[in-house]
Amino acid sequence: MSILVIAEHDNNQLKSATANTVAAAQKLSALMGSSVDLAVLGQDCQSVVTQASSVEGIDNVLVADSAAVAHQLPENLAPFLADLVQQKAITHVLFCSTAQGKNVAPRVAALLDVAQISEVTDIIDEATFIRPTYAGNALAKVKTSDPIKVLTIRSTAFDGVDMTSGAASVVALSDVKDQELSRFITESVVESDRPELTSARVVISGGRGMQNGENFSLLESVADKIGAAVGASRAAVDAGYVSNDMQVGQTGKIVAPDLYIAVGISGAIQHLAGMKESKVIVAINNDEEAPIFNVADLSLHADLFEALPELEKTL
Amino acid sequence: MKVLVAVKRVVDASVQVRVKADKTAVDLANVKMSMNPFCEIAVEEAIRLKESGIAEEVIVVSAGEDACQEQLRAGLALGADRAIHIQSDAELQPLAVAKLLHKVVDQENIGLVILGKQSIDGDNNQTGQMLAALAGMPQGTFASNVVIENGEAVVTREVDGGLQQIGLKLPAVVTTDLRLNEPRYASLPNIMKAKRKPVAQITAEELGVDVAPRLSTLEVNDPPARASGKRVGSVVELIDALKVEGVL
Repeated sequence: MSILVIAEHDNNQLKSATANTVAAAQKLSALMGSSVDLAVLGQDCQSVVTQASSVEGIDNVLVADSAAVAHQLPENLAPFLADLVQQKAITHVLFCSTAQGKNVAPRVAALLDVAQISEVTDIIDEATFIRPTYAGNALAKVKTSDPIKVLTIRSTAFDGVDMTSGAASVVALSDVKDQELSRFITESVVESDRPELTSARVVISGGRGMQNGENFSLLESVADKIGAAVGASRAAVDAGYVSNDMQVGQTGKIVAPDLYIAVGISGAIQHLAGMKESKVIVAINNDEEAPIFNVADLSLHADLFEALPELEKTL
Repeated sequence: MKVLVAVKRVVDASVQVRVKADKTAVDLANVKMSMNPFCEIAVEEAIRLKESGIAEEVIVVSAGEDACQEQLRAGLALGADRAIHIQSDAELQPLAVAKLLHKVVDQENIGLVILGKQSIDGDNNQTGQMLAALAGMPQGTFASNVVIENGEAVVTREVDGGLQQIGLKLPAVVTTDLRLNEPRYASLPNIMKAKRKPVAQITAEELGVDVAPRLSTLEVNDPPARASGKRVGSVVELIDALKVEGVL
């Protein structure tokens, strides 16, 4: 029995979600008494390998440095990983529940003819896991009958391990073959000083109460003061105030920050599903009856056009 | 090119689901069912490909019990040409659905498969990727733009922190994200017309796929309830409370 974690990185920096996934692997390892290896697949990713070898509790860092995986194309990664899992008799493969992890994990699982278990939030035993369904409205305890377990780990559910105290050995793997099914064209990472919605420590979101897109600048000024990401409810997106990629909710982005500030958001089920795992929820709304007040830890019944400027000034 | 769109019957997004008292599942008795929102976007994208002359035929497919024909009719009303219902009363998990779809893809000689990135019930986000693996096709998941040109699907993907553009050899699998398009509503004449469009039925057994579930659900629980909140009277009071919580 052995555990393999797939590192999340951009060939330059090891992403912090990896530390959360390794924490989940440690929990499994304590139950099973098996080793934990960390795979770094990329191109010219030496700095990532160095960082990976310092992650706490890792036995070996397995490295494939190949042009075919420079951009994490799943068509090339999946067959390589499926072979690796079989060669090394790996029983558990753990990915981060990120766009990258979710893209590759099911492809690996299908090649191994096993189920994949998504967004794992807790580990009960080596085959039994907790995962949210219905956008977090129900937590399912599922047990797999497959010999190999392919999991994606929800990073907000596990506290990340230390990323500096480890001393793993580095093992080079063979070259990754280019399956010539797909090609990388370009990537545009949004240039913003604000953190990303799904990994931000603080999120401030606006709803229909914002009245128009220009008024979102009120949220942005508060956000910039406290290093928050800016989100929106589906109502605000549907009304055309802001673009769809800002939508927090069942059909948008699922967030679980330390602090979530909902401004002018009534609290439709759709929206609550996307943010109710947040640690502290603040609601600012002028409607005393708004359902958002039922889930908020701190409720401020006020006109947002007065409260937001005051908030910005006082912070 | 033939385009296949997989659609799923799910609990409507506006329904507040409840866990059954015996904790075996979510209570689905007498709740409104709809086409999964991401599948609606998939149907819309296929119809647009047909309208622009790229797709010759749009086929909608759904796997499950007879009731899912309702969602197939909805797809036909939106403009799909015909439908395939893969009949099965079993609990269909993503790997099984991917295997069933793989059979249809082979039989129908499909050039492009479009699926929702995930369903809002199981929240698995797996079927498209699994189908692509089984069919040996490239995949463009979480798509916000799709252009077919020179035998290639150029897909813009929503990745963490930005957008990625990739080129996929056809045939390929695409899964939809929210920004891909705004689905239309079916018009009454098209709803009437859809009643006469063909819906073929085939069983999972006839397709020769073992759909036995790999995962068993031992228990379903409500998420931990949130402690009741506190009212604050002013912005200053709010900031003080947040400092006490240690989140500011």
